[in-house]
Amino acid sequence: MPSDNGFDAGAGPKGLKLVPRSDTQYKMKDFKSDQEVRWCPGCGDYAILAAFQGFLPELGVPRENIVIVSGIGCSSRFPYYLSTYGMHSIHGRAPAIATGLAASRPDLSVWVITGDGDGLSIGGNHLIHALRRNVNINVLLFNNRIYGLTKGQYSPTSEAGKITKSSPMGSLDSPFNPVSLALGAEAGFVARTVDSDRKHVTSVLRAAADYEGASFVEIYQNCPIFNDDAFEPLKDPAERDTRLLRMEHGEPLRVGADRGVVRGDYGELTVADIADVGEDRLVRHDVHRPDPGYAFALSRLDYPAFDHVPIGVFRDVARPTYDELMNEQIADAKADQGSGELSSLLHSGDTWTVN
Amino acid sequence: MTKQVEQLDRVIIRFAGDSGDGMQLTGDRFTQETASFGNDLSTLPNFPAEIRAPAGTLPGVSSFQLHFADHDIMTPGDAPNVLVAMNPAALKANLEDLPHGATIIVNTDEFTKRNLAKVGYGSDPLGDGSLSEFKVSPVPLTSMTVKALEDFDISKKDAQRAKNMFALGLLSWMYNRPTEGTHGFLKSKFAGKPEILAANLAAFQAGWNFGETTEDFAVSYEVKPASLPSGTYRNITGNLAISYGLIAGSRLSGLPLFLGSYPITPASDILHELSKHKHFGIRTFQAEDEIAGVGAALGAAFGGSLGVTTTSGPGMVLKGETLGLAVMTELPLVVVDVQRAGPSTGMPTKTEQADLLLAMFGRNGESPIPVLAPQSPSDCFDIAIEATRIATKYRTPVIVLSDGYLANGSEPWRIPDTSTLPDLSVTFTTEPNGDDGAFLPYRRDPETLARPWAVPGTPGLEHRIGGIEKSDGTGNISYSPANHDLMVNSRQAKVDGIAQDIPELEVDDPTGDARVLVLGWGGTYGSIGAAVRRVRRAGGAVAQAHLRHLNPFPANLGEVLRSYDRVLVPEINLGQLALLLRGRFLVDVIGYTKVRGLPFKAEELAGVVQEVIDRAE
Repeated sequence: MPSDNGFDAGAGPKGLKLVPRSDTQYKMKDFKSDQEVRWCPGCGDYAILAAFQGFLPELGVPRENIVIVSGIGCSSRFPYYLSTYGMHSIHGRAPAIATGLAASRPDLSVWVITGDGDGLSIGGNHLIHALRRNVNINVLLFNNRIYGLTKGQYSPTSEAGKITKSSPMGSLDSPFNPVSLALGAEAGFVARTVDSDRKHVTSVLRAAADYEGASFVEIYQNCPIFNDDAFEPLKDPAERDTRLLRMEHGEPLRVGADRGVVRGDYGELTVADIADVGEDRLVRHDVHRPDPGYAFALSRLDYPAFDHVPIGVFRDVARPTYDELMNEQIADAKADQGSGELSSLLHSGDTWTVN
Repeated sequence: MTKQVEQLDRVIIRFAGDSGDGMQLTGDRFTQETASFGNDLSTLPNFPAEIRAPAGTLPGVSSFQLHFADHDIMTPGDAPNVLVAMNPAALKANLEDLPHGATIIVNTDEFTKRNLAKVGYGSDPLGDGSLSEFKVSPVPLTSMTVKALEDFDISKKDAQRAKNMFALGLLSWMYNRPTEGTHGFLKSKFAGKPEILAANLAAFQAGWNFGETTEDFAVSYEVKPASLPSGTYRNITGNLAISYGLIAGSRLSGLPLFLGSYPITPASDILHELSKHKHFGIRTFQAEDEIAGVGAALGAAFGGSLGVTTTSGPGMVLKGETLGLAVMTELPLVVVDVQRAGPSTGMPTKTEQADLLLAMFGRNGESPIPVLAPQSPSDCFDIAIEATRIATKYRTPVIVLSDGYLANGSEPWRIPDTSTLPDLSVTFTTEPNGDDGAFLPYRRDPETLARPWAVPGTPGLEHRIGGIEKSDGTGNISYSPANHDLMVNSRQAKVDGIAQDIPELEVDDPTGDARVLVLGWGGTYGSIGAAVRRVRRAGGAVAQAHLRHLNPFPANLGEVLRSYDRVLVPEINLGQLALLLRGRFLVDVIGYTKVRGLPFKAEELAGVVQEVIDRAE
C-alpha cells in the first residue's frame, strides 16, 4: 500500500531496502548544512536544492546513511549544502566513485549530482557504464546546456550552431539527448523534470529513489548568466501547457488539451491533433515496457525544439542490481568454501617442508 | 642400463619455442618439480605481447629461464647452460645468450627448409658446423611424441601439441626431478578430458623413458637440495605474492578488500587472483577504464574498505588525477604499479623501473605519496602488507612499484606463520572530536598527522570532503592563502614523518672496510646481490644496500651515503633514483643504467662494481 508520501508504508523506497530505517522524523532544515550557498542569483540550482532538501525526509532513512557524490561544475557544489555525508570529487568521475561506494556499502543511499558537461562530456564513459551495470545509485543530471563554472563555453547538450565564447562562429557539435543516451546505455530507470516545477521534481525524485538500481534523472536547469531562459518555452505560463508532454503511467499521452501521441508506421511516436486522429488512437503510457524502444521513441519527441517535450518517467523496468549480484557472489563463495582462512590460502598449491 | 649421474651445484635451463608451444607451462612445471625437490631457484619468463605471433618467427619466440642450485641464489642466471629449442626461431633468438660449451637440445622435426628460411637461416645450423662450440643433442621431439601417442584416440594436432610434455619428461629425467607434481597437475588440468590427460601423461613418460634408454644422453645430473632455513615453502611469483599480501592486509586491518582495476599487462594476474577469493569477502570490480578503477577504489575507501587499484605505467598516468584527490581527501588507498618498459605502450611484457619519478611527482600541485618497492617476488607479500599499514595508519594513498620481472618471476617462499604478521587493525572515528559535539574531519592526530576516518553510516559525524583545498580542522572549502600554505605543508609533513616509522636502511658490508657502496631499489636486488657476491669472491670489498621505501627514504639514508667514498646506483631506467639522491643529499652518486626490458646480468654488474672499486683506489 503506498503511504501518503508515495512509498510503501513502513518499508520505504524499494531502492533503499538494504538501508536502515530511521526513527527520526526529519524536516527539510535537518538537511541544510552550515555552508553559505554560493550559486549565482537566479540559478536553477537553488530550486533543485530546495526541492531535494524538502524531499529527503521522505526517504525515512538516517541522515548519516545518505551520501552525495558529485564531480566538478556548478551543480557539483551540491554536497557542501547538504548535511549528509558527501564527496565533491573530480571532473566526470562521480559515477565511478559512487559505484565503489554503493557496491561496497549496500546500507547507503547514494546520490550522484552531475551536469551536462561533467556527466556527458568528460565523464560520459563512467555514466554509461554505471547505468548499464545498474549500480544502486541515483544520478541527477542538471542540464543547462552550457558550461557555467568555466564561464560559458558550449556543452554536449548545447544546440548546434550555438554562439559561445569558444564557438564565436557557432558550435559545430551535434548535441546529445541525455534521455536517449541513458536508454541506449541500458538504464532501467530514466526520467526528466524541470527545475522550476518543485512538485514535479519531487515526484520524479521519489520514483527514482524507489527504483532498485541506477536511476537517471535529467533536470532542465536554468543558467541565468551564460544561457538564460534556455528552457523558457517550457516555463512560460502562457506556453508551457501546450508544449509539455506530462507522462503519467497508464494515462494517454497528451500535449496540452488538443494534441496527443500516436504510433507511426515504423514504431516511432508522433504528435498529432486529437481532432484528426481520435482519442482512441492515443498511446497509453507504460513505464514498464521491457523493450527500451518505446521509451526511446518517446525521448525523440523533443524535436522539433520545444514543440512538445516529454517530462516525467520514461522507463521504470526492474533489472538485477550490480551491488546485489556482487554481494550474492560473495555469499555464494562463502557458502561453498567457508569463510576464507589466510593460513590455508598461503599453504595452497604445491608446498614442501625443510627441516 | 645404469647411467652415470654427475653432481652439479647449479644449472640454468632455458625452454624456448613458439608462443603456442606451451613453453611457459613447461617452464612452470619444471620449476614446481624443482621447488618441491628443495633446490633454491629463480625464474625469468620472457614472452611476446602478441598472444599468437606468426608461427615460427623470431617475434613469436617465448622462453622461460630457470636457475636452480644446491645453495641460495639471487637471480635467474645470466646465461643458460642448457637451451631447449623447439624450432629454428627459438634457436636463433637465444643463441647469442649461450656460453661456450652449453648444451642445446633441439627439436629437429621443426628444422625444415621452410622454417629455416622463415628466420633467415641460409643453411641448416644443425648440419653446417656453426654450432660446433656447443653440445648439440638433436631430438625429433614432435615425431617421437606423435609416435608415442599413436594408440590414443586423439587428433594428430593434439598429439603434436603434447611435445612440450615430452620435452619436460626428458629434462625431468636429465635432472632427476620428482614427477608426482606434474602428474597431479595434468590430472587436474585435464580432468574433463580423459583422452588428452592420458596422452599428456604418456608423452611426459615417453620423454623420461627416451632419456633413460637412448645413448644420446649418457649422463644425468643431480643438483642436491639447498639448505634453506627450516619451514614450509612454496614457489611464488610477484603477482601472486602481491595478491596474497593484499588479502593478508585486508585480514590484518579488519577492512574488506575492494579492488577496482582495468586489465593491463603485466598487472592483470592480480585482478585474476583476487577475483578467485570472494570467500574472503573480497570485491573485485573490473572497471570501464583505469580512471574508474581507481575512482571506485577511492569511493570504497570513503565507505571504509581497503581500497586497492592495480595497473601498469599507462594506467598509472590515467589514475594521476584521482591520486591527487586521494591526497587531498586523505583517504587510505593502495596503488600497485607493475612497471613495464615505456614510454607509451612501450614493451608491455618487458620489465623496467622507469616509473619512479612518475610515482614521486606525477601529479599536479604538491602531492606527496609514500612509495614502496618490493625487492624480490616473495617480498611482494611483505610490501603489500606494509603498503596497507602505511595507507591505513596515515590515511594516504601508497604506491607500490613492482615490475614485470618480479611479477612473473618466481622463487621459493618460506610461508610465514600468520600469527607473526603485524596487527593493522583500524579504528574508525565514531565520536565528535571538536567543541560542542562538532566533528572536525581535518583535525589531525598530533603524532601521525593523520586525519580521522569517519565512514558514512556513523551518526553525528556527517561531513563533506573533496578536491578543493580544505580548511584546516573543519575541512570546509578554503581559499585562504595562509591556510593553503599550512595544508600543503601539513600533507608533506605527514608523509615525511613516516620516515620515523620505517626501518633504517641496513648495509651489508661483511668486511666492514668497503669504500664503495652499491645502492639499488626494487626488482634489481637479486642482480645486484649476485654481482656483489662475485666481486667479493674475487677479493673485492664492496657494501650493498637496497631501498624498499622510496618515499620517504629511511631516516639514515643520508648518513649511509656519506659513509662511502663512492656510491654506485644501478637502475633499469636513465637514473631516476640517482637524480633523487643527488637532489636530496648532494651526494655525487655514480649511475649505471640499462633499459633493455630485461634484468641486469650479474656478470655485467660485477664488472661495473669492480671498475668503481678500482677507480676508488
